[in-house]
Amino acid sequence: MKHPRFSLGRFAGIILKEFIQMKRDRLTFAMILGLPVVQLLLFGYAINTDPKHLPAALLLSDDGPQVRSVLQGIRNSGYFDFVREVKTQREGRLLLARGDVQFVVNIPEDFSRALIRGERPAVLIEADATDPVATGNALGAIGRAVDQSLFNDARGPLDYLSVASGPVDLRIHSQYNPEAISQYNIVPGLMGVILTMTMIMITGLSITRERERGTMENLLAMPTRPSEVLIGKIIPYILVGYVQVLLILIAARFLFQVPMMGNLGLLLAVTLVFIAANLAVGITFSTLARNQLQAMQMTFFFFLPSILLSGFMFPFRGMPGWAQWIGEVLPLTHFLRIVRGILLKGNGLFEIDREIWPIALFAFFAVVVAVKRYRQTLD
Amino acid sequence: MNGEFAIDVRGMTKRFGHHTVVNGIDLQVRKGEVYGFLGPNGSGKTTFIRMLCGLLKADAGSGTCLGCDVIRESESIKLQVGYMTQKFSFYEDLSIAENLDFVARMYGIENRRETVRASIEKLGLSGRQSQLAGELSGGWKQRLALAACLIHRPRLLLLDEPTAGVDPQARRDFWEQIHELAATEELTFLITTHYMDEAERCHRLGYIAYGNLLTCGTVSEVIAGSGLITWSVSGPGLHELSMQLRQCAGVQQAIAFGNRLHVGGCDESALESAIAPFRREPFRWEKISSGLEDVFIHLMGQAKDNFAL
Ligand SMILES: Nc1ncnc2c1ncn2[C@@H]1O[C@H](COP(=O)(O)OP(=O)(O)OP(=O)(O)O)[C@@H](O)[C@H]1O
Ligand SMILES: [Mg+2]
Repeated sequence: MKHPRFSLGRFAGIILKEFIQMKRDRLTFAMILGLPVVQLLLFGYAINTDPKHLPAALLLSDDGPQVRSVLQGIRNSGYFDFVREVKTQREGRLLLARGDVQFVVNIPEDFSRALIRGERPAVLIEADATDPVATGNALGAIGRAVDQSLFNDARGPLDYLSVASGPVDLRIHSQYNPEAISQYNIVPGLMGVILTMTMIMITGLSITRERERGTMENLLAMPTRPSEVLIGKIIPYILVGYVQVLLILIAARFLFQVPMMGNLGLLLAVTLVFIAANLAVGITFSTLARNQLQAMQMTFFFFLPSILLSGFMFPFRGMPGWAQWIGEVLPLTHFLRIVRGILLKGNGLFEIDREIWPIALFAFFAVVVAVKRYRQTLD
Repeated sequence: MNGEFAIDVRGMTKRFGHHTVVNGIDLQVRKGEVYGFLGPNGSGKTTFIRMLCGLLKADAGSGTCLGCDVIRESESIKLQVGYMTQKFSFYEDLSIAENLDFVARMYGIENRRETVRASIEKLGLSGRQSQLAGELSGGWKQRLALAACLIHRPRLLLLDEPTAGVDPQARRDFWEQIHELAATEELTFLITTHYMDEAERCHRLGYIAYGNLLTCGTVSEVIAGSGLITWSVSGPGLHELSMQLRQCAGVQQAIAFGNRLHVGGCDESALESAIAPFRREPFRWEKISSGLEDVFIHLMGQAKDNFAL
């Protein structure tokens, strides 16, 4: 009877205890439920990655009727509000530099005449691309808008223009990142981000808290096995994770009208692996950290690369090779592909299975480290 | 598991870094005995107890605890030992009943509900069982902790300052309970305490300082073994008197006891010639038999000379 076996009774006892403690810790509980809501509202509403009505300045050197149609087309796209008229290019640049406007639209002399002659005159658009996400969609939309408005004008004497390869030469001066993020992309991604943050943080604190409050001494004096304690502490939070998932899915569906093309059952099943992986990471941190502050720091140490290198913040394919390698290790990267794949592309198990096992592998290693690191003495 | 000792260990040693906190302690505690473990703050009592129940790895030492190897079989020891920590270490955010229930589950007790209910009743907390443990007063926390330690019917109890902060009446009740358990259920107790009246209620004592066991035995054995002669003196200006006495050769200690002064030394004639000049009015001198406290202070003074750096 040297090593008493894993006991279901003890295991259940630890789960029950964790549940009661979670129930009593109102603040943490509120945070668990409040965090997804706040993040959803921030990312979903406040942080709009497809902003419209961006301020623009106009440098007008021609005044023909065709110019008016081009401008009308630009306005109709909904992305541009002409707030200023400038006389020189320098003046326009200054406004851009100060951030007073996002764009300067420059219509050169003789624009109308060149247009009628079919010479494809240039419209020069200078964009403040410090935030490429903010300008990307606007610039994407402008070409279509201009073509459309000229096409409407073109029935009649200018008919021949519509057959040409585009009557106007749009020259855009900005660096533009083609993989722009939309709300559809962000809300499902948030599911992974929120789970990563809360799951790791909550379990990260669990063992260090026992140590700091002195209850660890008692727990160790009783005949508990490391696996009972560690897994027993994980289980209650799996349920919490699912509550968060449901909150986010409901919001995604009814607040943000995110399409749900795939099988939700599949999504929930795969989410279990992801939640378990994060809880395992948290519990591992918990065994490594000496106090709760260290556990928090480790959580953020893990959270930052997760959020930056997983493809949530920045397009994954835009990152350099080494960053992609790190990203491939992180569970969030794979989960983002899974959740976006299932919701937006309608992927089934066949399309996502190669994203599941890296998460499972990660979880397995984390649990092994945790069980190995769990000290059964106070030394 | 036969044999007469519940605890029988030798050479138990624990170092933290270069600091030897427990230095080769041999200890034997008979079954059914209430053993008092005394020593000044930081002498290594808690550390020693933690090694017994496998909470700290001993750096050296061997022996048995309830017949199990104290180094290798701590899992089996844990099943049969109740350990009450010095600092309250149950869950403050769990209620009394929930804490007891948790402990009962950890030990896999059959009849769990009934056992917990009986334990709460015995504790006299039936009406307050759903109160959070963190809301209990210090003394009640101690009582709860003791009840929790007893729930799995251990054969050995390691109690680390169980009565610190407990009122005098409750302390008496507590000791009644301990002696009753020792007598009727053959339970063995190893109890640390700083109270002399409690030490006197123990069957045997061990006194430890700087990690070394200085003496052990029954109260009378410990007192006799010290060879300390004590005179008690009363009168005005005892503080000045004690200062003067401490300068005299032959006087090893002069300690205030309430409104009296205990003057002690091991060499009877040297002591008597030292105090002779002060045996006059207004002081009243009386030779008494040394008490435990006199002896412990004496041991402590010697230990300081021998072990302190
Ligand atoms: N984890 C540890 N790391 C380093 N030193 C420690 C550790 N635990 C205890 N000590 C040191 O060991 C010595 C003995 O401590 P211990 O707690 O055993 O004393 P004690 O006899 O129980 O004292 P008290 O009567 O105050 O409870 C102290 O000097 C303490 O500082
Ligand atoms: Mg102590």
